[in-house]
Amino acid sequence: MANIMIRRGAAGEYVFYLPKRDLEDTITSMEFDQADKWGGEIKLNNGGAYYVDPLPAPPRLPISVRARRMDAAE
Amino acid sequence: MSALTREETEALIKEVLEVYPEKAQKDRAKHLAVNDQSVEQSKKCITSNRKSLPGVMTIRGCAYAGSKGVVWGPIKDMIHISHGPVGCGQYSRAGRRNYYVGVTGVNTFGTMNFTSDFQEKDIVFGGDKKLAKIINEIEGLFPLHKGISVQSECPIGLIGDDIEAVSKKGAAELNKPVVPVRCEGFRGVSQSLGHHIANDAIRDWVFSRDGKDVKQEFVPGPYDVSIIGDYNIGGDAWSSRILLEEMGLRVVAQWSGDGTLAEIELTPKVKLNLIHCYRSMNYIARHMEEKYSIPWIEYNFFGPTKIAESLRAIAAHFDDTIKEGAERVIAKYQPMVDAVIAKYRQRLEGKRVMLYVGGLRPRHVIGSYEDLGMEVVGTGYEFGHNDDYDRTIKEMGNATLLYDDVTGFEFEEFVKKVKPDLIGSGIKEKYIFQKMGVPFRQMHSWDYSGPYHGYDGFAIFARDMDMTINNPCWKSLTPPWQKQPEAEAIAQAA
Repeated sequence: MANIMIRRGAAGEYVFYLPKRDLEDTITSMEFDQADKWGGEIKLNNGGAYYVDPLPAPPRLPISVRARRMDAAE
Repeated sequence: MSALTREETEALIKEVLEVYPEKAQKDRAKHLAVNDQSVEQSKKCITSNRKSLPGVMTIRGCAYAGSKGVVWGPIKDMIHISHGPVGCGQYSRAGRRNYYVGVTGVNTFGTMNFTSDFQEKDIVFGGDKKLAKIINEIEGLFPLHKGISVQSECPIGLIGDDIEAVSKKGAAELNKPVVPVRCEGFRGVSQSLGHHIANDAIRDWVFSRDGKDVKQEFVPGPYDVSIIGDYNIGGDAWSSRILLEEMGLRVVAQWSGDGTLAEIELTPKVKLNLIHCYRSMNYIARHMEEKYSIPWIEYNFFGPTKIAESLRAIAAHFDDTIKEGAERVIAKYQPMVDAVIAKYRQRLEGKRVMLYVGGLRPRHVIGSYEDLGMEVVGTGYEFGHNDDYDRTIKEMGNATLLYDDVTGFEFEEFVKKVKPDLIGSGIKEKYIFQKMGVPFRQMHSWDYSGPYHGYDGFAIFARDMDMTINNPCWKSLTPPWQKQPEAEAIAQAA
């Protein structure tokens, strides 16, 4: 499990940040991005994938959440 | 010498790597790259933020350097104790020229060195008692200080002292913040982790105390901003600050050059955080964005092109009065910029520069050189991360050299082959390259000059570069008795 931070980038895209490793990357896809469910599997531009327990509603960004690493690049 | 092609640059990297043993060669190859603007992710071409190879000469610092030297040190009204043996504090004292206003030793302490001077008995029996004593002594000797930070040196972590407990006790006695910073030098691969630890210490010990947010009597205004990551080297933050104030913004805090503890405590009230040195202070900006909903932007105050771009980007976050203010500032300084460029561009046009510095400069100063018609043909970070290189690739031309944590040997070989007209790097490289006959500027603290930020800084920057490159001494490096007789004959004939 890792603490990650998700924020909005300048172009409105989701940006992923892993403070422990100073890893910043854009999120290419998020499993649930709806009004009633937000989170799930996150795919990163660098090929990595993380899993965030889905939240009942889209949170105020940026938000720090716990994420499970599914497939990390490097 | 004209610019190298991609193949030539690749061949150069290969040639330089040849002297290493196979394993080292493999490792170092990942840190050297030829820039390709079409690459979107730096990690595809360059590896960074890895441990330096034992046996090579690296110029990186340690976590203590990143915390005490960079982030905490310039906060002028706090006393920063270098907790541990005397050397770390003494040899890093006042070298960075973080200018400040105040009476040193009375209400400001920037250039002084406070240390617990560990001896053998402190290592054996622990240094906590000594630290408690120092905290009380400081209060007696310097009653106008606003707070204390305890900057750990290596032994503190090794012997397991509980500086947090001592700090909490001291803070309660003094009724002033005492901040323990766990920045022991052995942590991480470079000073970069020290920046992160220092940022986290500000978050945990300055923004909130005993779990509560610090309350401040302060009326926030609509145009409040903070300058974050400007260490006022040679007065940089001052030449940046006047531009922001002229366009109508109110600069509430300077982090941390010429900064105070009160300014830092006020920062969560600002409307926008302006980040100059992204590498050392993005952490706290990210935290403030999440906790206090303060947006942040990176800006660049090197060279008129980038300044104008940055002023407009900053103004875009505010209403029309600020937008007009930005245009007014740009227009006001345009004649001055034109005069500087008219004077120096003809003397500097086409000169080629290689950089190797830390933090923000390997990419930020490129604009300054380009405004003077110069070209940056190689750049690299001492302790950059992937996100730094992501931002650098776009700034650099195609087929230029990128080198991460370059070793002494590699840098010298690159310079011999690329033959730049100027090198910008640190004091450890300065005399080697000057003896090789290459003009050199020490770009960590502007070679004892500065400021280089802002429009005023650009004029000084242009003058300094001209002064270095066109210095007559570079023609006198060969002693008269070694001069080729033919050359003299030709000179006489002419």
